[in-house]
Amino acid sequence: MVSLGETSPDEPSPPPRPHRQVDARNLLCPMPILRAEAAIAEMAPGEILALLATDPGLERDLPAWCRVNHHTLITIRRQGRELTGWVRKEKIGP
Amino acid sequence: MSDTPVDTPPATAIPVDRPHPVRALGLLSGGLDSILATRLLTSQGIEVECVNFHTGFCIQSHTAAIRNPKPGAPPPRHDALHAAELLGVRLHLVDISQEYVRIVTNPKHGYGRNLNPCLDCKIFMVQKAWEMKERLGFHFLFTGEVVGERPMSQRRDTMPLIQREAGVGGWLLRPLSALTLPETEPEKRGWVDRQALQGITGRSRKPQMALARQFGITDYPSPAGGCCFLTDEGYSRRLQDLWDHRGGVKEYTLDDILLLKAGRHLRLHPGCKVIVGRDQGENNFLGGFKKGRLLLRAKGIPGPVALVEGEAAEELLELACRLVARFGKGRDAEQVTMEIESDQGRRTRQVTPLSAEEIPKTWYL
Ligand code: SF4
Repeated sequence: MVSLGETSPDEPSPPPRPHRQVDARNLLCPMPILRAEAAIAEMAPGEILALLATDPGLERDLPAWCRVNHHTLITIRRQGRELTGWVRKEKIGP
Repeated sequence: MSDTPVDTPPATAIPVDRPHPVRALGLLSGGLDSILATRLLTSQGIEVECVNFHTGFCIQSHTAAIRNPKPGAPPPRHDALHAAELLGVRLHLVDISQEYVRIVTNPKHGYGRNLNPCLDCKIFMVQKAWEMKERLGFHFLFTGEVVGERPMSQRRDTMPLIQREAGVGGWLLRPLSALTLPETEPEKRGWVDRQALQGITGRSRKPQMALARQFGITDYPSPAGGCCFLTDEGYSRRLQDLWDHRGGVKEYTLDDILLLKAGRHLRLHPGCKVIVGRDQGENNFLGGFKKGRLLLRAKGIPGPVALVEGEAAEELLELACRLVARFGKGRDAEQVTMEIESDQGRRTRQVTPLSAEEIPKTWYL
């Protein structure tokens, strides 16, 4: 299930360690998603991508992008202006 | 009026028998036309995936969201992505912004009313989509174009030119206007049921809205919103100004075209432009571009952030500081302390804000 909110020290399940991290902070839409798409194309199924962004549109676009491309959105967390989304690449992905 | 004949590339890779499934790749902007074109094909059982090209000039609601969001408004969203979700199709998001520079700076077919090179742009996008079609194994391409809807790229005489110059021959289908156009290869081969396509022409949006109702599609962006900054008069004026003041050399960086999207732009001198934030959202945005530029803001008084681009000789810097002071809460003060931030550090300067009469209208771009 997707959780969205401030990260707190007693967050029950810490997000998994990503295989790859993409820093798309200070980039406007659609750059964060384009960067994620380029990164995930080079990853193997089952691997996890962490996407960092400040564009608030990520809250709607990352879940939509995952649904459209059949990736699994593990969670999105917010810390101040920064959002981080963890995505697992699935087999039917690009 | 007859359409110009188009060269059809050899169909060696395409079986004449109906393939299972028939696979089509469509250009999806996220607007109503491309949504309907996609739905017309998926409702025939055709397997559709779509592509959305990022040119650097796309207007997404996110760009509009540079400014302060309206209280309670939902976060912005990417139209094509949400259209793909609505349609249940896969979407390829492809960044063509680097290669697109040559389309904007040197369009073979010229510009539309503003700096929009629509015909070259469409040809380029169809070429790019064709490359993907070949690589990913689709049978044909389609777009949401409507004959007569737009003055440059969607005219009965220019639409055949797009497929001819893109080298895609009869493999480009326009489902919304198909009945008014010559049959394409997938129609001729019976892979697409031509009778289930549409014959919409012209600028009225009513037939599309009626079709949307028929399909139960209600969530689509308003056509008035526009999807490309190059069709915007103010934006094109600022882009032209940028070229005029770079020795007439038509070039741009991605930072250049992003900065043209925000703030008030005032040219104080052929070599010096000031971009003034209009609200906190824009101030934050401009702050992200300070590298290689000067960032001005009033010290201790609420007011905008501004970027100075180009020459910053002392007298111009003084003028820029006075201008920016004018846009802040200190506009009526005798003196305002302006902070000037550069890659080398920060310094301050005392200035008298310009009066309204001292700002010539010709400075505004
Ligand atoms: S409006 Fe912009 S994106 Fe659309 S065809 Fe014209 S130049 Fe290309």
